[in-house]
Amino acid sequence: MPNIVEAVPLSWVLILAGGLFCIGLFGALSRRSTIAILLSIELMLNAVNINLIAFWRYLEPQLVAGQIFALFVIVVAAAEAAVGLAMIIAIYRTRQTIVADEVDTLRG
Amino acid sequence: MNTLITAIFLFISLVILTAAIMAVTVKNIVHAALWLIASFFGVAALYMLLEAEFAAVVQVLIYVGAISILVLFAIMLTRRIDDSAAEYPSRARFWGALVLGAALFGLLLAPTLYSTPWRTVQPGQNTAISSVVQLGQAFMREYLLPFEVASILLLVALVGAVVIAFEERGRRRRVLTLAEEVALRQSEEQRTKNEEQQADGTVLTVDR
Repeated sequence: MPNIVEAVPLSWVLILAGGLFCIGLFGALSRRSTIAILLSIELMLNAVNINLIAFWRYLEPQLVAGQIFALFVIVVAAAEAAVGLAMIIAIYRTRQTIVADEVDTLRG
Repeated sequence: MNTLITAIFLFISLVILTAAIMAVTVKNIVHAALWLIASFFGVAALYMLLEAEFAAVVQVLIYVGAISILVLFAIMLTRRIDDSAAEYPSRARFWGALVLGAALFGLLLAPTLYSTPWRTVQPGQNTAISSVVQLGQAFMREYLLPFEVASILLLVALVGAVVIAFEERGRRRRVLTLAEEVALRQSEEQRTKNEEQQADGTVLTVDR
């Protein structure tokens, strides 16, 4: 039965995940809106998940650890997104802005 | 058959990367969230191709279904009318981030391609892929403690999100200055004092 292990080298999948991670990093560093920064962080978490699933499929497909770790990453990402967006809404309510540069009360 | 799988993989990669690049570069934040949904769908398709069906379904349910909608809600709740100018990054920061991202990608490219021998599954090898049943059993056996901790984490995050975002009857819209705060407190004290006096008055009239 044909499968992806014979058709695509592992390094291609890893490079795809690395490219996605770097795109997310670029977005997290260059955007000014805090919501856009959170979006970029979600992209980076997705890249990590691709890596975990790819290693599971290519190296140890008979074990479940790879998939389980990917699912835990998804759980933590969901919790992070919920708390992060709640914090953005709270910041917006008190300061009327979501631009990261303008929230600088603690700057010395 | 293998060339078909390779072509599908390349197409999915193109979709993921294009959607991700659009999501981090497009000015309109709502469009960015929609491009992010496209990227998440591409990742789910890649999980399908990697024969991780449960992860693909979870990806669609949680990322596409929950997180994207949460992001769209946050955008709607925090949008300013004059927000269009806020999204433009400064030129130096744009190029700095671009150089940093490209340098990191270049750094990881060489060792991934050339120097690491992976002990991947061989074509002749008899490989049973772990099923969803095994996944569920693993969650209930050797990963039971992390599973329970994850449920507590989700509960705490949910309660925390509600507490953080809870609005106190829409009273305070922004941080007040000290003078405004003092004036507000005094007016409130005055009002409570007046109410107490009125209450006393009514009690007296009832007594008579």
